[in-house]
Amino acid sequence: MGTYFTKEHEWVKVTEGIGSVGISEHAAHELGDITFVELPKIGTTVTQFGLLGSIESVKAASDIFAPVSGKVVKVNDALDTAPEVVNESAEDGGWMAQVEIADEAELKNLMTQAQYDDYLKTL
Amino acid sequence: MEEQLQATPICGRHRALNALMAPFGGWDMPIQYEGIIAEHSWCRSSSALFDICHMGEFIFQGDFVADGLEDVFTFSVQTIPLGRSRYGFLLNERGGIVDDLIVFRLAEDKVMIVVNAATAPKDFAVIKERLTGGSFTDITAATGKLDLQGPLSRYVMVEVFGEEVATLPYFRFITLNILGVEAIVSRTGYTGELGYEIFIPADKVGELWDLLLEDERVKPAGLGARDVLRLEVGYSLYGSDIDEETTPLEAGLEGFVNFETTFVGKEALLRQKEQGPPRQKVAFEVNGRRSPRHFYDICSGGENVGMVTSGVFSPMVGKGIGIGFVLPELAVVGTPLTICHERITMEATVCELPFFKDGSVRG
Repeated sequence: MGTYFTKEHEWVKVTEGIGSVGISEHAAHELGDITFVELPKIGTTVTQFGLLGSIESVKAASDIFAPVSGKVVKVNDALDTAPEVVNESAEDGGWMAQVEIADEAELKNLMTQAQYDDYLKTL
Repeated sequence: MEEQLQATPICGRHRALNALMAPFGGWDMPIQYEGIIAEHSWCRSSSALFDICHMGEFIFQGDFVADGLEDVFTFSVQTIPLGRSRYGFLLNERGGIVDDLIVFRLAEDKVMIVVNAATAPKDFAVIKERLTGGSFTDITAATGKLDLQGPLSRYVMVEVFGEEVATLPYFRFITLNILGVEAIVSRTGYTGELGYEIFIPADKVGELWDLLLEDERVKPAGLGARDVLRLEVGYSLYGSDIDEETTPLEAGLEGFVNFETTFVGKEALLRQKEQGPPRQKVAFEVNGRRSPRHFYDICSGGENVGMVTSGVFSPMVGKGIGIGFVLPELAVVGTPLTICHERITMEATVCELPFFKDGSVRG
């Protein structure tokens, strides 16, 4: 189904109803050295654009918002001890949570890769 | 109103290195090159080069006692031996810290005063007003300053400046010829590592920067890494941890106040010493990797008991670390504190300084 992005620089990659969620390479680069990732608890229900977790770098602390609504079914707890993985691989190994997507129609509220790339040019 | 930023003589070199630049103390300064943690780690293991041209330098020449300089700072100037420097404070009448600074004894009748960038104009005016004679000059614009810091910095310095640097002890300096000019090389710094502060005419600082970077043990580091380095060893940052509303007693810096001497603010400090300060600096370690930050609240038993003034994730400790001010009864090692900000809370414990104890600073 591809990867979709929010204006707040989260991404969701959808495979068979499960969305893997993280922050974009652009966001990771802007944050600089990431030192802490607050992951949601498994079983939590998140709503689209509602709070999912938070991320801290040497420079700043930021909230992470859920790109889609649904139930958190898995978290990348390797980030508890190695949050720098988000800098190294923001859109792959640096995924944060997997969400059982409640309503795939919500994806139309997000940007495609091409739209997100255009959006970054406007910032 | 857009603040007019000043640029150091080597600003173009930072841009050429793709540094992330940001305003600091009225100057356009490099925050990071490769990355804050990589630069921090290089400084703790090898030798990092910092552009510190933004800091202020003043020269006083005259009779220290007769012209009033002896009573300006919280320490005696006339007893600083030639070739040595002393750290301390310029205070206001209330005992608040106008600035923290270092005085270098250049000659029998001459000192260099090195101050923070943001406070330099204010400091110059305050000191000038307290002087009754002598000559007092701001040489900031004409003076370049580079800091080379890290356990390997001595080897680099010896290669560039010669053997004389090898035996230079902590808080001593020498004047050396380099690139056809005189430079002051001082065994001081702001990182907790063995290191040097180099003062050289501004028009030569670019050449010296290039020369030092030729050594493969040297990498440039920005103010981001410098802030992590200084906090890990508990050094205060003016404007964050200390300011005109903070006294050296509250900030746990009484060791840099000589009550045997006369200075502006002494009566206020003596009064505070007698009554006990209303708040006290504490250092604390967070139980986890979250970073406390300036302005976060410090709580205990559900009550707000103070404020964080500096905080960061410490790569050396592997936890969040911070400095803040709390009610004096809580400033006891082992006391549990809660750091709060909006929906963030973190548990912390008061600890001793420095957070990082194995620096090479005295090595």
